[in-house]
Amino acid sequence: MTGTEVTGTEVTSTEMVKTTYREAMRDAIREALQRDDRVFLMGEDVGRYGGCFAVSLGLLAEFGPERIRDTPLSESAFVGAGIGAALAGMRPIVEIMTVNFSLLALDQIMNNAATLLHMSGGQCNVPLVIRMTTGAGRQVAAQHSHSLEGWYAHIPGIRVLAPATLADARGMLWTALQDPDPVLIFEHGSLYNMPGTLPADAGAVDIRSAAVRRAGTDVSLITYGGTLGTTCAAADALAGDGIDAEVVDLRSLRPLDDETISGSVARTHRAVVVDEGWRTGSLAAEVCARLMEQAFWDLDAPAERVCGAEVPMPYPRHLEEAALPRAEAIVAAARRAVGGGLT
Amino acid sequence: MSTAAAKALQPRAAHQRDLLRQMLAIRRFEDTCAELYSAGEIRGFVHLYIGEEAVAVGVSAALTADDSIVSTYRDHGHALARGLPLDSVMAEMYGKTTGCSRGRGGSMHLFDVSRRFYGGNAIVGGGLPLAVGIALADKLRGDSRVTACFFGDGAVAEGEFHECMNLAALWDLPVLFCCENNLYAMGTALVRAQAQTDLALRAGSYGMPAWPVDGMDVLAVEHAARSAVGAVRAGGGPHFLELRTYRFRAHSMYDPELYRDKSEVQEWKKRDPVALLAGRLRDSGECTDAEFQAMSDELTAEIDAAIAAARAAPVEPVADLTRFVYHPEPK
Repeated sequence: MTGTEVTGTEVTSTEMVKTTYREAMRDAIREALQRDDRVFLMGEDVGRYGGCFAVSLGLLAEFGPERIRDTPLSESAFVGAGIGAALAGMRPIVEIMTVNFSLLALDQIMNNAATLLHMSGGQCNVPLVIRMTTGAGRQVAAQHSHSLEGWYAHIPGIRVLAPATLADARGMLWTALQDPDPVLIFEHGSLYNMPGTLPADAGAVDIRSAAVRRAGTDVSLITYGGTLGTTCAAADALAGDGIDAEVVDLRSLRPLDDETISGSVARTHRAVVVDEGWRTGSLAAEVCARLMEQAFWDLDAPAERVCGAEVPMPYPRHLEEAALPRAEAIVAAARRAVGGGLT
Repeated sequence: MSTAAAKALQPRAAHQRDLLRQMLAIRRFEDTCAELYSAGEIRGFVHLYIGEEAVAVGVSAALTADDSIVSTYRDHGHALARGLPLDSVMAEMYGKTTGCSRGRGGSMHLFDVSRRFYGGNAIVGGGLPLAVGIALADKLRGDSRVTACFFGDGAVAEGEFHECMNLAALWDLPVLFCCENNLYAMGTALVRAQAQTDLALRAGSYGMPAWPVDGMDVLAVEHAARSAVGAVRAGGGPHFLELRTYRFRAHSMYDPELYRDKSEVQEWKKRDPVALLAGRLRDSGECTDAEFQAMSDELTAEIDAAIAAARAAPVEPVADLTRFVYHPEPK
């Protein structure tokens, strides 16, 4: 992600340190535990094992088993317990191993976390953060690979975040913990090893705005999470053909930052939405619908979508690759938009 | 009961008359709700607690104001026994802004966080994880609160029940699980839904003290709840009470009751919790028929006043439709 502009981060130090997405997330959790006694981390294998994706490795030794709390395989109970603890004044971080497993807790997320404030007439605060891994790319087949964050973005009452950069992995958690409403953070599994550098004093970032990761004039490539890298690669390829693509990282999937999305399209007049989720009823569909509502007269070509193929994720590498948004498909869609549009 | 009369009684008798009054308040409130429903004044799902009053009143008597309660969709009794003002519960039935949930919840979602009443939960079993979490927060902070969690026999078939029994026992959490076994999950009899119908035995398999209680006898309920709450508060981990009770009325207002015999209902009505305690107090001379009637009249007047206030109360303006979905953005 070098060379891209990172907005929404206050850079106050010039000292840069090497890190990874995983370490940035771990530093964020550590900082939260240090700054606020009410914060604790709970989930399957977050303690002794160190986290299924090693995000919480070492935190048990640092903070002890009360605050780095291993749970049984009871997604509904421990997510619901996180909601209850938040109601009672704590600031829990609940980790769900993968988005597919989160369906076992969907009742608690939808019927309680998202709903309690409303059905109590404003009395019940649920200041809870739920983190989970999402997405494909690791050949782990049809029960560990899906991108269901678009489903969650359907639900009023929760915020849905998709950190795609090191700065957001480092900075979104603290801001989410300050929010009085429940926040879901989707961490794409292919990002954990992503290396890079961050300022030594990197910290909280805003969780409300989308970010322009690459400025351009010819077409807006709108994406989030695990497909940001692919989309940036597509923008590089397009640059070789003389097409100057802008890349918008949604960052917050609910609420969507309409202003930044429409603002980009007002400059480029063309849009390609890239989403690893299934096409039908996808987040990409929502973004396109909003462009129709809010930026129709700015568009010089139909909005394009590049989405995940509508198939449970297959195991073989070549089929998994074929099921995911690829840079070539994004390039082709952008060319269609640019070439097929009004001149 | 007048304050002067209460002072004149022995503390034990005064307490029992208070229990009777609370049960009668729930009974009268719900009889009235049924009438208001038939008259079309209140809508939605309305699940009456009539027949089960001893459970809410007996358990609540064993709790302090600092303890927490998680309830179900059959929550009028729990709310009133907890001390939610009768007029705020009535206004909630009418969907008015003066309701305990500002009218947003209705019959199934009564809330009063100021009384640590964390609401009627209408997903069967859905409140159990909340109770576990509230208790976890208390334990992490070192507070000595107890969380009482009400649920029905139907919830015992849910996966969440077993997840929560395990989690509460594993973490030694201060929860009192109050299973209101009224023998029917909506229209499905316990014996038709559960391979093991001894519910205390099932909770006990998670290593927590669990025992059945006569849920029609408020004094037996209070005795069991005091014993369990004391043990939980002393650090004894979660406890489970199977409160054997019976719903006299239909499951909800739409239920023609095809699944049970009228004779069964009549048998259970012989153990009506209100009549049971009223009879005892009459026999001991601690609440005469005249005093009972006076208590009833007083409650009727209170309920009439609550209805009048609810009818007159404002509704939320449609312009405020999407309030209480998120907290307002800080300025």
